[in-house]
Amino acid sequence: MAISTAAPRMLALGRAELILLGRNKMALYVALLLPVLMVWTMRTTIGDMDLGDTGMSLNETSLTGAFGFILLFVIYQNLVSAYVARREELVLKRLRTGEAGDAEILGGTALPAVAVAVAQMVVLVVAGVFWMDLRAPARPDLMLIGMVLGVVLSIALAALTTTWAKTVESAQLVTTPLLLISLVGSGLLIPLEAMPDVMADACELLPLSPVIELVRGGWLGGLSAYETVGHLVTALAWTYLAVFAVRRWFRWEPRR
Amino acid sequence: MDIGDSVIAVSGLRRRYGPEGDGGFEAVRGVSFTVGRGEVFALLGTNGAGKTSTVELLEGLERPSGGEARILGHDPYAERAAVRPRIGVMLQEGGFPSDLTVVETVRMWAGCTTGARPTEEALGMVGLTDRGSVRIKQLSGGERRRLDLALALLGRPEVLFLDEPTTGLDPEARHSTWELVRRLREEGTTVLLTTHYLEEAEALADRLAIMRRGEIVASGAPGEVIGAYPARIRFAMPVGWFVGDLPPLAELGVEGHEESDGRIELRTRTLQRTLTGLLIWAREKDIELEGLDARTASLEEAFLAIAGGGEPGAETGSGVSVGAGAGARRGK
Repeated sequence: MAISTAAPRMLALGRAELILLGRNKMALYVALLLPVLMVWTMRTTIGDMDLGDTGMSLNETSLTGAFGFILLFVIYQNLVSAYVARREELVLKRLRTGEAGDAEILGGTALPAVAVAVAQMVVLVVAGVFWMDLRAPARPDLMLIGMVLGVVLSIALAALTTTWAKTVESAQLVTTPLLLISLVGSGLLIPLEAMPDVMADACELLPLSPVIELVRGGWLGGLSAYETVGHLVTALAWTYLAVFAVRRWFRWEPRR
Repeated sequence: MDIGDSVIAVSGLRRRYGPEGDGGFEAVRGVSFTVGRGEVFALLGTNGAGKTSTVELLEGLERPSGGEARILGHDPYAERAAVRPRIGVMLQEGGFPSDLTVVETVRMWAGCTTGARPTEEALGMVGLTDRGSVRIKQLSGGERRRLDLALALLGRPEVLFLDEPTTGLDPEARHSTWELVRRLREEGTTVLLTTHYLEEAEALADRLAIMRRGEIVASGAPGEVIGAYPARIRFAMPVGWFVGDLPPLAELGVEGHEESDGRIELRTRTLQRTLTGLLIWAREKDIELEGLDARTASLEEAFLAIAGGGEPGAETGSGVSVGAGAGARRGK
């Protein structure tokens, strides 16, 4: 029952949200261009760095790190704005009087962002393998699990982040902490392997780190069974925590 | 009315905001009423009386802090999936994405609604057919209310919740909304509406309840609620005539009278008897009762006496009877 009735509702919500995304030039720009810009910036920044210790090439580092940029800019940041805007316009409250359940409302609203993100990820893999001489993914299953967990986690973190934003403008501000922490500490700019051990161990516990590690290891290979299980457990724990927190604290109407 | 047959059954409903004690606020304090199939039931009250807080509990938006609500036999909060496809809701304040057009909004809502009416039909019902391609942000407040109503009606609901449906509408739109509600009732839809407008309750409601400070203080058919208040007769006596010259007031059925600046006001529950006696007397004495005015109590008078005034905790309108079996009147 759940899927067959929930799917059309989510598609209807997603379709409306896609129209809105098309009419919001700024959000469209963030979703379509920012990840590309960030990857390009990153390549010029770490181009001079010595990646010898990590055993990864520049292409390997930047293309796998790009998954993180996509999760952060296309899904996370975009959705914080979208959720806050819908909440402040009382759209979420109105939707909650209808047949769609809470998860369907949040999930349906996220659909266009998720579609854009998944498309970009597919392009990354295709471009990496066919034009940039990266190997075919070593463990596509791990990559896929990493991507799915990353998408769900990013949506949940976006919903949770809206708790601290009162307006669409302040939505940009409240996304900054996770963006910065992830850029620096989750292996997007600097691979964790290039960090001192203690720091790397700590950074492995950040929200997006296990997702990046799973995608990176899944594509390039070289993850031991022990590391794989560790990253899976960490990623699942963050996802569970974030979903729990959203159920507990998400606000469906403006604070008055 | 048997609770089992009721489309809406509410008993001892409570809603508390914030913590126990002084830090919190109890907006709904033990409200009980039932609404039968095909009835239009109006909740009246001043701002802050608890109407919207009550309706939101019935819509299943929150869990009550006490008591119980049943919609079509189900708990509207816990059994949301069973209730929602059969009800339509129009919030006092609900929103739509400002950059969508009217038609896009209806399509979005239709995708979330079981057995939705065609878009054209829904817009036609509320007179928005011509506005389909207009963005929400360019609609007037009244047009937004009508769109909201169209979405509430989209799934052909058995039960319709309308929270101040005509606030912000011009008189013409208000009357066409009334016509729509009447038509829906004829088709068997059960309607619960809240309103500030007494004429709206009088025009539409089969039964009504007046709320004050989170409690229902009077309920029944409009006629019953109004009937609990005496009618008034006002007139002025010619110079040289006084109240004492009238026939014995008790024999005319007068319950009380006032006199100021030569104008006399009589209060009676038997208007025809009192008025007949008064007019026969005037003809016999051959005097003119200047500015004669006789009227039954209006809902407005009943409402002002019940909902508005009174010290905290004091029961005003002591003569108000609670409509037969419906609703509870909770004294303190």
